[in-house]
Amino acid sequence: MIAWVIPIALGLFSLGMLFCLYRLAVGPDIIDRVLALDTLMINGIAVIVLADIQMALGIIFEAALLIALMGFIGTVAMTKYLLRGDVIE
Amino acid sequence: MSGKLSLRAYWLPRPLFSVFLAVLWLALVNSVSVANILVGLALGFVIPVATRGFWPERARLQRFWPMVEYVLVLVWDIICSNFVVARLTLQRTRNLKPSFVTYPLDLHDDFAITILSGTISLTPGTVSAHYDPESRTLLLHVLNMTGDEAAVIGQIKQRYERRLQEMFG
Amino acid sequence: MTDVAIPWVLELLIAVFLLVGALVALLGTLGLVRFPDFYTRLHAPTKASTLGVGCTLLGSMIYFSVIKEGISAQEVLITLFLFVTAPVSAHMMAKAALHRRVNAVKRTRQTPWSEE
Repeated sequence: MIAWVIPIALGLFSLGMLFCLYRLAVGPDIIDRVLALDTLMINGIAVIVLADIQMALGIIFEAALLIALMGFIGTVAMTKYLLRGDVIE
Repeated sequence: MSGKLSLRAYWLPRPLFSVFLAVLWLALVNSVSVANILVGLALGFVIPVATRGFWPERARLQRFWPMVEYVLVLVWDIICSNFVVARLTLQRTRNLKPSFVTYPLDLHDDFAITILSGTISLTPGTVSAHYDPESRTLLLHVLNMTGDEAAVIGQIKQRYERRLQEMFG
Repeated sequence: MTDVAIPWVLELLIAVFLLVGALVALLGTLGLVRFPDFYTRLHAPTKASTLGVGCTLLGSMIYFSVIKEGISAQEVLITLFLFVTAPVSAHMMAKAALHRRVNAVKRTRQTPWSEE
């Protein structure tokens, strides 16, 4: 059962990542693109985990954890950069 | 620093945090052996002492059971919130009634306010957008406001803030 | 796939977790495409994608706990990390958008900069 569920789940996640790419390309403001990249990262974690189950390795969690960390730090750094302006908060 | 700290307060400033770090280490290496437990305990001892200067004033967790209740309510609400947002995603987006709401805070502790704003972001149709420390308000964005402002505020106060106040005293 | 036999109840549970997770995450990204302005778009990924990936990770945890010896706890770590960071990054992004005066749709009530 799992053998045919994983390709379906992978397909759904890939479709989701395409939606993110659409928003990344279109997104009127730069903050839309940051949001799209953040979502892309989260979906990427799921794809890595699914590929891990498919190949029955169980060894690439470090990669998933690192992507989670990098995604969060990247988003926060980007928003911090956008916030640093001349308008008083 | 005022007054003389006791020996325990100096060398073990945050016992719960130390235990958390040890458990985190065990989960990270994904094996429970004597060596790993020792390394975890060593990390749990060194990190709180080494980073003592960077911590803000401590927020004391007053009671344990309200915390468990809070986490359970939160998990349930996260699942419900996903159904709500999913339904709104599939509907005609033209009918949405988005709105900003200014939420007056009753909490005083910084840590409790952080938890509250995180909770607001994870639960049905609300995202916290800005915290104003002077007027002590949170600015929220509501995805689909069917009632009025007071209803949204009342629900958050009743469901989360009251419990947080019980937890942090 | 390995040839370790998994009890069918657990197999069903894993399959449900993986499928539901993928569907919920897809709805989250669909919201990213469909909603009219940034502030409404922010809602979908922060909630749905986090829960969707969390479901996938739970399914993976059950799977690896069955086919390997002992409990696989790293997935719980990633899930917790995602659930802690999602509201923080959402808050930061909303704050940056307010700072940049990103326009909300016309019918949004009480926009904070209209009072100025």
